[in-house]
Amino acid sequence: MMDKSLFSRLYGPRAWIAIAVLAVVALVVVPLCNLVVPKDSVLHISDYTVALIGKIMCYAMVALAMDLIWGYTGILSLGHGVFFALGGYAMGMYLMRSIGHDGVYKSDLPDFMVFLDWKAYPWYWKFTDHFWYAAMLVVLVPGVLAFIFGFFAFRSRIKGVYFSIITQALTFAFMLLFFRNDTGFGGNNGFTDFKRILGYAIATSETRMFLFALSAVVLIAMLLMARYLITSKLGRVLTAIRDAESRVMFSGYNPVNYKLFIWTLSAVMCGIAGALYVPQVGIINPSEMSPANSIEIAIWVAVGGRGSLIGALLGAGIVNGAKSWFTVAFPEYWLFFLGALFILVTIFLPTGVTGLIAKLAKRGPA
Amino acid sequence: MLDGTAIVRVFLRRFLACALWMVALSCSAVTPDVLEKLAFGDSDAKNAALATIINSADESAIPLLQALADDTVQTSPEKKVYVVKDGKGVDAATGKPVDPLPDNLDDVVINNVMRKQIGVAIAALKLTSASKDVRLAAAKELQGNAEEDALPALAKALAKETDADVKALLTLTQASIQLQSKDKNLRLKAIAELAQSNNPNTKTLLLGLLEKKDGNFVEADPDIRNAAQLSLNAVQSKLSTGERIAQVFSGISLGSILLLAALGLAITYGLMGVINMAHGELIMVGAYSTYLVQNFFRNHLAGAFDWYLLVAVPVSFIVAAIVGMILERLVIRWLYGRPLETLLATWGISLMLIQGCRSIFGAQNVQVENPVWMSGGIEVMTGVVLPYSRIVIIGFAFAVLLLVWVMLTRTRLGLFVRAVTQNRSMAACVGVPTKRIDTWCFGLGSGIAGLAGCALSQIGNVGPDLGQSYIVDSFMVVVLGGVGQLAGTVYAALGLGIANKFLEGVAGAVLAKICVLVFIIIFIQKRPQGLFAIKGRFADA
Repeated sequence: MMDKSLFSRLYGPRAWIAIAVLAVVALVVVPLCNLVVPKDSVLHISDYTVALIGKIMCYAMVALAMDLIWGYTGILSLGHGVFFALGGYAMGMYLMRSIGHDGVYKSDLPDFMVFLDWKAYPWYWKFTDHFWYAAMLVVLVPGVLAFIFGFFAFRSRIKGVYFSIITQALTFAFMLLFFRNDTGFGGNNGFTDFKRILGYAIATSETRMFLFALSAVVLIAMLLMARYLITSKLGRVLTAIRDAESRVMFSGYNPVNYKLFIWTLSAVMCGIAGALYVPQVGIINPSEMSPANSIEIAIWVAVGGRGSLIGALLGAGIVNGAKSWFTVAFPEYWLFFLGALFILVTIFLPTGVTGLIAKLAKRGPA
Repeated sequence: MLDGTAIVRVFLRRFLACALWMVALSCSAVTPDVLEKLAFGDSDAKNAALATIINSADESAIPLLQALADDTVQTSPEKKVYVVKDGKGVDAATGKPVDPLPDNLDDVVINNVMRKQIGVAIAALKLTSASKDVRLAAAKELQGNAEEDALPALAKALAKETDADVKALLTLTQASIQLQSKDKNLRLKAIAELAQSNNPNTKTLLLGLLEKKDGNFVEADPDIRNAAQLSLNAVQSKLSTGERIAQVFSGISLGSILLLAALGLAITYGLMGVINMAHGELIMVGAYSTYLVQNFFRNHLAGAFDWYLLVAVPVSFIVAAIVGMILERLVIRWLYGRPLETLLATWGISLMLIQGCRSIFGAQNVQVENPVWMSGGIEVMTGVVLPYSRIVIIGFAFAVLLLVWVMLTRTRLGLFVRAVTQNRSMAACVGVPTKRIDTWCFGLGSGIAGLAGCALSQIGNVGPDLGQSYIVDSFMVVVLGGVGQLAGTVYAALGLGIANKFLEGVAGAVLAKICVLVFIIIFIQKRPQGLFAIKGRFADA
C-alpha cells in the first residue's frame, strides 16, 4: 500500500507511462538502433547522436539540480558550473590515471605533469587510481564545498542578487585556479585523451552505449528523487522559503537548514552529472567553470519553466539541442539566438515552455 | 615612435657622418705612430693603440674609430691610411681629401673582439661630450662592455662629470670593472661604492660575488664576501623602496580602472537596483566608439590626430548612453523589481552585443593608438617609470568621479534620482517623472561605462570580449563598497586595486586574484551590506 501511495504521489498514471516510454527508448531502442541496426539503415543512430544525447542528459541533470535550488527554493546560483566541473575533474583524475603508460611520454605520470617536470603525483592525487575513491570524490568534493560555502552564506542571510554574485565570484575564482598549470589539473587543456574506464576501452560503441544508458538511469532516478523531495513536506517548506522567507522563520522553521540541505544536494547532483559527462565527451577543462557557462544553466531552467522538474529537462534539451544545431548551421547567430532567448523568456515567458503549454492546454478544450 | 636613446643614436650617426668629412682627422691623440699600429699592426698592437687613444680622452679620435668600426678604413702599400666612403677618400693622417684614390687599397680587417673594443673606446671618448644625452648613452654603452683599459678614461670622465644620472652610471661601471681587478683594496673600495647605487643591475653584480657553486663560494675571499653582503643589503633596501613605490602606483592605477568600470554600475545597480550584466559590453561600446573616432581622425583630420581623445571622450559617453537608454526602454523597464530576471535578461543583451560587435568589427582585437603626448613616462627612480597613460587615467577616473558626484548632488536630475531611489511612489506623487528619470539615470550609468571604455582603450586590448573581463570585477567593487554609496565604491576600487597589486608581488597574478575573490566572499558574509551600509529603513529593501 505504501508503495502505491508513493507512486501516485510522485506522478499521475500518464506521466508514469511517459517516463516508462522514455526509459524504454533510452535503454532498449537507442542501444538497438546504435549497436544492432546496420549503419546504412534509416533507423541507425550514429555514435555522434548517442554522444550528443548523452551529453544533453548530463546537462539535464544539472538543470534538475538548478531547478531545485532556483525554481523551488528561489536561490539563483550562478556558480553551478563549478560543482559540475569538480565532479568532472574528480572522474577525470581517475580516467587520467587509467591511461597508464599509454600517454605520449610513456610515463607513470600524466603527460601534462611530465611536461611540467613533476616527479610524483601531488598529495591530492593519492588513491585516485581506484575507481571507488574517485567516485567518492565525485560526490564529496562538490558536496563539501557547497556545504561550507552554503553554511556561511545562508547563516549570514545572504540572499537574492548578493548570493548570485558571490556564487559567480566562486566559480570565477575556481576557473582562475584551475587555469594555473601549478594547480595540478592540467591547466588550460585540462584532462583529455582518455583511454579506458574500469579496464574497458573508452572509445568503443559498447562502452559509450553503457555510459549513455547509465546516464539515462541516473537521470530518471534523479528526476524521481527530486519529485519525491518536492512533494514531501520538505518540498513545501522550500517553496515557502521561496515565496516568503520571513514568514517561514516566524512559523518556527529555520530556513538555513533547509536551504543548506537542498543547496548541497543540488551541488552533489551537478557533481554526478559532471562525472558522467566527462567520459562521454572525452575532455574536461577549466572553461566549464567560466561564469558564462554557469549562467547558461539558469536559462535552461528558465526556458523550460521554473518550478517544474519536467520543464527543467525540457529546457536543457531545447537549449542544448538548438545550440548543437545552430553552432553547425549558423555559428555566428548562436549568440544572437541565445541572447534573444534570455531576454524573451524573462520578459514574455516567466513560466517557461511548460507554463505556456499548460496555458494553451487550459485554453484549448474550452 | 622614437624613444630618447633611439633619437640620440640617429643623431649621433648623422653627426658622425658629417664629422667624418668636416673635422680634420689629424689630431693630437692619433699620432702617426698610433695610426700605423691601428691600421697595420696585429691585434696586440691594435689594442695598445686603442688603449693610448682611450687614455688620451680626446674626442677628436672618434671619427677615425667610427670609420674603423664601419669598415671604411683602407690602406695602401705605401703605408698611407685612407678613410673611404662612397668612393671618396680622406687621408687619415692629414685629413685632406685624396682624389683620385689609389686603386691598390686593402681593407683593414677588424674582428669581432676588436669591434667590441672599438665600441668601448668610442663610448669612453664620448664621455667627454658636451651633450648630456650623448654622455648618458655612452655610459650605458660602457656598462657591461668595458674592461680595465677604460678605467683611466672613466676616472677622468667621473672627475669632470656634473650630471647625477651619468655620474651614477659611471660609478657603477667603474666599480664593476674594479671588481674584476686583482687588487683586494680596490675591490673592497668598489664594493663600498656600489652600496650607494639604486640600480637593479648592482644587485645582480653583488649577488654574483655571493654565489655558491658546488657548495663552495665562487668568491674565495671572505672579506670581499662580507663587504658584498653589506652593500647588497643597502642596495636591496633602496630597491625595495622603489619596488614599493611602483607597486603602490600600479595599485592606484588598477584601482582607478576598477573605479571607472564600477562607477557606472554604482549608479545603475547602486541607485536603481538594476543588475546590469551588460555593463561590461557598454564599456566595450565606449572603447569601440573611441576606435571609430580614432579612425575618423586618421583618415580625415590627420593633423589633429594627437587630440582625437578630446572628441572620443564625449562621443563614447553619448554613444554608450544612447545604447543604455534604448536598452532601458526596450528591456529593463519591464523587469523593475525583479532583480534575478533583470540579471538574466541583461546577460542576454550582453551576449547579443558581443556577437553584434564580432559581426561588425570582426573577432580580432582592433588597434587603438595612444596619442603621442600619452606615451613615455616619468622616471622617479632607476627602473621605476610611471607611464603618462596611467597617470592620465588616474586623473580621468577622479574627474569622472567628481562629475558623477556633482551630477548626483548638485543638479536637478541628481535630486530626482535620489528622490526616486529613496521613495518612488512619494517622488511620483510630488510630480517627479519617475519613468523618465529611470531612463536618464540608466543612460548616465551607461555613459560612464562608455567613458571607462574610452579610458581602457588607451591601455589595453580592444576586442569583443573586453567587457567580460571587467564585469565580475566591477560587481565585486560595487558589492564590496556597499550599494548606493559613491564613497564606498571609491574605497573599494582603490583598496582592491592596491591589495591586488601587493598580493601579486607575493603570490603571482592569478593567486592574487583568487585571494581577492575569496576575501570578498568572506567579507560579504561578515558585512552583507558592504563597507558603507545605508542605515535606517532603506537598509532592508
